[in-house]
Amino acid sequence: MAGGFFDRSSIVAPPGWSRWLVPPAALAVHLAIGQAYAWSILKQGLIDAEDLSGTATALPFQLAIVMLGLSAAVFGTQVERRGPRWAMFVATICFSSGFLISALGVATGQFWLVVVGYGFVGGIGLGIGYISPVSTLMKWFADRPGMATGIAIMGFGGGALVAQPLSNGLLSAFGRTSGGVASTFLVMGIAYGVFMSLGWLLVRVPADDWRPPNAPAASEEKADTGPAVSATEALKTPQFWLLWVILCFNVTAGIGLLEKAEPLYREYFGQASAGQQLTSAVAAFVAILSLANMLGRFVWSSTSDIVGRKNIYRLYLGVGALLYVVILLMGNSNKVIFLIAALFILSFYGAGFATIPAYLKDLFGTYQVGAIHGRLLTAWSAAGVLGPLIVNSIVEAQGPEGTGPSRYVVSFSIMIALLVIGFIANELIRPVDRKHYVGDAERDRTATTEGASR
Amino acid sequence: MSHDASPARTSGGTAPNRTPLIVLAWAWVGLPFLYGVYSLVLKVPALF
Repeated sequence: MAGGFFDRSSIVAPPGWSRWLVPPAALAVHLAIGQAYAWSILKQGLIDAEDLSGTATALPFQLAIVMLGLSAAVFGTQVERRGPRWAMFVATICFSSGFLISALGVATGQFWLVVVGYGFVGGIGLGIGYISPVSTLMKWFADRPGMATGIAIMGFGGGALVAQPLSNGLLSAFGRTSGGVASTFLVMGIAYGVFMSLGWLLVRVPADDWRPPNAPAASEEKADTGPAVSATEALKTPQFWLLWVILCFNVTAGIGLLEKAEPLYREYFGQASAGQQLTSAVAAFVAILSLANMLGRFVWSSTSDIVGRKNIYRLYLGVGALLYVVILLMGNSNKVIFLIAALFILSFYGAGFATIPAYLKDLFGTYQVGAIHGRLLTAWSAAGVLGPLIVNSIVEAQGPEGTGPSRYVVSFSIMIALLVIGFIANELIRPVDRKHYVGDAERDRTATTEGASR
Repeated sequence: MSHDASPARTSGGTAPNRTPLIVLAWAWVGLPFLYGVYSLVLKVPALF
């Protein structure tokens, strides 16, 4: 695959190419890999068909999320070097193959193949796919990087919305038997393979002389004076680790609510309704949280282009902490206020993901921002363990003694503390010291190499 | 969006019209996405 069709030089935008063709390419990948958030539907299919435990059927998803963080960190530099078409193609092959291997596993009664297929192979597709369009989008939308990455990462949040009716429809059509679940995996593998192909076919990188509208001409722009920090060097800066803390704690605070959305709603408002009415209300609560999570990614990340990255994280972390305080103080006395607070917390959770690439670009430049982003996503993996651990262990430790909103006082207090720490970390962020920038020779070499390849 | 396009650098000839491709690309990702959002929104009234 080296050189030729998949090489960066093959996808330099021809004259007249519109940058508005790049977000759909990114969305084709992110909407597909966002399916991971709808694993619970396939999980239930596996439980029904194979009589497997809940713990066992959670394994493919857990491994996939671990592989997401690891592969984004490990392959980040490779993605940056080879370009978005290569990355999107590899993501398509891995993610699609993950389903196909899983289909084989279910059909032959070899559950370990589902773990390896969906979790390991598919997880690599998640990681490479997640970071694949980031630096390209920011080069095309250098004037609106928050909006550009917000669109793509909103797609990841929206992927579950596409996958839920798709998975349910396929399982209903094929049946919840081994054959039916295997067919569901097979069809999804093929469908996602086709759907994601738009990404690697359509993606283009801007030509050297392309500039966003109203940007200074190339000759006037002092392009060689902005930040340009390599992924290896970024790890040596306090800014990287402060952002790591911010992302980790912001995500943890969101997961704290998301993880327990269903029992939380029952604990708070279960006494006001019962039976089918309560079940529907709980489903609606989970749905509206997903909507807030998804919309927050686009709305707040786009807003960050206007108000600045530091200010928007002040909002996510500071107001997020205050909203948790509101939930703690109000308890279940006012449902509307509870809902508004929960919606904003979840919108800040999603926005934290979507805005971080633009924050990285501001601090480290676009030089290796995709690779740096990949390394930062290990914070997500850590939060994926930390958030559920805090909420589950504390709530369950209270046993039957704690009921209603009081069960969540300790865990929500911890979330407030984490958000305050994140807020302080954000306040400590300063521009990266120039000593971390790559040398002029390296900039020239990169420019020459890229120029020659075009 | 035309001002957002790459500059036409070729000597002679005009850049091809990309509008149909833009519409197709956005429809490819937009329609499944909107269907997902629609399915989700249908559940929300049960909350009130």
